[in-house]
Amino acid sequence: MSEKKRLVVAGYGMVAQRFLEAFAEREAPGWSVTVLAEEDRPAYDRVRLSAWFDDYDAGALHMGGAPDGVTVRLKEAVTGIDRERKVVHSPSGETPYDALVLATGSRAFVPPIAGSDLPGVFVYRTLDDLAALKDWATADGRKVGAVLGGGLLGLEAANALKLLGITTHVVEFAPRLMPLQVDEGGGAVLKRHIEALDVTVHTGRGCAGLEGDADGVRRMLFNDGGSLDVDVVVVAAGIRPRDELAEPSGLARGPRGGFTVDAACATADPAVWAIGECAALSLDEAGGVCYGLVAPGYAMAEVVADRLTGGEATMARPDTSTKLKLLGVDVASFGAPFADGLDVVVTDQVTGVYAKLLLTDDAKTLLGGILVGDASAYPTLRASLGGPLPAPPLALLAPAGDGSVKAELPGTAQVCSCHAVTKDHVTDAIAGGCTDVPGLKACTKAGTGCGSCIPLLKQLLAAGGVVQSKALCEHFTYSRQELFDIIRVRGIRSFSELVTAHGTGRGCDICKPAIASILAVTNSGYILDGEEAALQDTNDHFLANIQRDGTYSVVPRIPGGEITPEKLIVIGEVARDFGLYTKITGGQRIDLFGARVEQLPQIWHRLVDAGFESGHAYGKALRTVKSCVGETWCRYGVQDSVGLAIELELRYRGLRAPHKLKSAVSGCARECAEARSKDFGIIATEKGWNLYVAGNGGFRPRHADLFLTDVSTEELIRTIDRFLMYYIRTADRLQRTAAWLEAMEGGLDHLRAVIVDDALGLCEELDAQMARHVGSYADEWQATLQDPQRLARFVSFVNAPGTPDPDISFEVERGQKIPARGPVPVTLGGAR
Amino acid sequence: MTTATLTITWTAICSYSRLEAERGVAALVDGVQIAIFRTYSGELFAIGNRDPIAGAQVMSRGIVGTRGDTPTVASPLHKQVYDLRTGECLDVAGVAVPTYPIRRNGDAVEVAVDKP
Repeated sequence: MSEKKRLVVAGYGMVAQRFLEAFAEREAPGWSVTVLAEEDRPAYDRVRLSAWFDDYDAGALHMGGAPDGVTVRLKEAVTGIDRERKVVHSPSGETPYDALVLATGSRAFVPPIAGSDLPGVFVYRTLDDLAALKDWATADGRKVGAVLGGGLLGLEAANALKLLGITTHVVEFAPRLMPLQVDEGGGAVLKRHIEALDVTVHTGRGCAGLEGDADGVRRMLFNDGGSLDVDVVVVAAGIRPRDELAEPSGLARGPRGGFTVDAACATADPAVWAIGECAALSLDEAGGVCYGLVAPGYAMAEVVADRLTGGEATMARPDTSTKLKLLGVDVASFGAPFADGLDVVVTDQVTGVYAKLLLTDDAKTLLGGILVGDASAYPTLRASLGGPLPAPPLALLAPAGDGSVKAELPGTAQVCSCHAVTKDHVTDAIAGGCTDVPGLKACTKAGTGCGSCIPLLKQLLAAGGVVQSKALCEHFTYSRQELFDIIRVRGIRSFSELVTAHGTGRGCDICKPAIASILAVTNSGYILDGEEAALQDTNDHFLANIQRDGTYSVVPRIPGGEITPEKLIVIGEVARDFGLYTKITGGQRIDLFGARVEQLPQIWHRLVDAGFESGHAYGKALRTVKSCVGETWCRYGVQDSVGLAIELELRYRGLRAPHKLKSAVSGCARECAEARSKDFGIIATEKGWNLYVAGNGGFRPRHADLFLTDVSTEELIRTIDRFLMYYIRTADRLQRTAAWLEAMEGGLDHLRAVIVDDALGLCEELDAQMARHVGSYADEWQATLQDPQRLARFVSFVNAPGTPDPDISFEVERGQKIPARGPVPVTLGGAR
Repeated sequence: MTTATLTITWTAICSYSRLEAERGVAALVDGVQIAIFRTYSGELFAIGNRDPIAGAQVMSRGIVGTRGDTPTVASPLHKQVYDLRTGECLDVAGVAVPTYPIRRNGDAVEVAVDKP
């Protein structure tokens, strides 16, 4: 092992993580790699740092850890470099290196103002900073907070204070917010957006000092003589490179700090490299410039990984374009928006949109621009930098520009700046067989960074001739959502009516169940009457779940998982009397397997008599609402989780949806009901309920996103009503809520706008539709048992109703019957 | 193929009105399980009830529809689609279910199964 060369990485942030991945991809077995990290956790997504306030789940920001074979030593900050002996110092001793990559990042800059060391004054840089801020701001009596700095980080911090329930002020010395990214006009529009969120903005005002005592900060003094009483202050006045290792080790520093490196990211010492925010990149400027953005850092990581493995990569001038959403407002800045040239400015005071494009004097080349309020044109514009505009400026700035212009980008235009993927890379991948966005992500890495280029990827797919058909199947050219609207608006009541007027042929196993599900919601009746019966999958047709041997399983509803001993005994007796295999399900109920078609009514007679009803385990419908036992018994519980679970399960039982729906209610933050793996999950808080949406287990697990905090039961249910109905109306066939939300343009913000703020004026309709469902619910099994005609379907053989299927046979395993494991031959050849 | 000795024996299964449009029923004829379908236009088809891929007797419970002009049924287990006229699986080459002669005789639906 000792003959391996030793690579040491100092610092473990996002850029170091990217470097480790890039180095591992190049497969350099001759190196052993060690990372020395200052923080007590591996790299996390600092760009999305503020997302921690959504759910306080640091794990959600985790970046996947180091590649195999890399040694990670946490809380081992490098404290010195001995370049002569080629060792670095850290608290536990010396580590020798053959190559050293400095990725020490930045620290928050705290200007020299009096009182900046008072308790209650924070910076906004690491997860520890955020945790300390939260603890302070949520303590009793803390009401007013000020953020010093109105740039990117300041507005993020303002959002955090708002989320923590603090009345928030933003103080910016420059005459506008985000002075580095936007101009005066953009700043004015941005300020109006931010003020509309009840954040007080003080621009052109400096902080002259902070007053307070050992109990914390009390007052912020302004340079104009005014003051503001505050309980918490966040200093977000910028960042400075972590270059304190430079001077003692004799490495050169840039004029504004940072380890000076050349285009290869090498320092003057050929064994020492620097990447990311700590590197002062010197292309032609003396001493170099530090870039506080992740994309240039990633590019530097790639360059050094390439160089160390024999490559010759060099840094191009970094693209400092940024697009972000601050307090719900889109802001984008790209290229050189403050250069000299011709500008095109669009200001719409009504919608709060500001856009500026800067062109060369001959109006032929795009130099840069600024977008506030609507950044949908950003991917196209950024990719057009340095080249001609693909369309007239006003057409590009028109809201929701169509896809046709964007495909005319030059091949060398960078589509994904996080991973430096050009349009040519993407079109090559499409030509090579990629047919969707996940395919392109896997193939080119485009879209796996900040994700802002995903709309562009979709357009390139469409332009590449990949038809992202939304047609449901060969019988309908419409998507499920369009069919839902057609059925609703035209009052269509049957499949035949629909396929005659709006489709072709007689349907198939794809469109028929999908339409049956839509009709179940719009007609709100028994799903097996008339023509509707023929649309149903066998599960819905027999109100039971088909199994591999053609028998069915039966799942009675056990709302919230709460059941009396008497009912448990009935289930046991039914299982025993019909010889059914029993198993407890993951949804806190009991599945009875091995029933033949003709046994189903007999089984359900017994169950319905005992007070059970259908559990809809067979339907694309609400399955269960799991619960933990909650405050009734549990010493940790803070709300009645079982009671709420039962209320929700009874409210939404029988609701047909594009796919199955699962839910759970936990009585406290310990989350024993696993609510965050559900389509809608509820976790009790001291003050009410937190609602999480669009989670699932299954093939690709996804944690649900926090949607509401500390709400009443009434508000909770109203929101879930709308969430479910909006999902049912707009999702694709067999699309779970998780995939639906991920595909939704605007994501969670859009969902919130529609179902909380009623931006589309849809809520009244959604509420009425759910009320209709709740009011018209009837147990399908009871309705079936009461009607001899409906019961007539439940025979194995139409010409021998009493005869069971002779091909079904069982064997016994662990004391219960299971399907016989005979050989399963495949009949080949034509009809005999 | 055709010889003078071929005789067809028709067996009555049920009344035509017992069949729902675009839905199947299963019948047991001399120990052979048959799936019988009535299409939207009223045509009748009889195929083997056994899903040749899964091995279970379930074809009668599949969804009836069309692919192009071909009347079809999809296995309820794994959704492979079969041509109701020929029994041929349209999704997996070389797989087929048997087909049987079927007719409407007055209100009776009758099928013919070769006696071994």
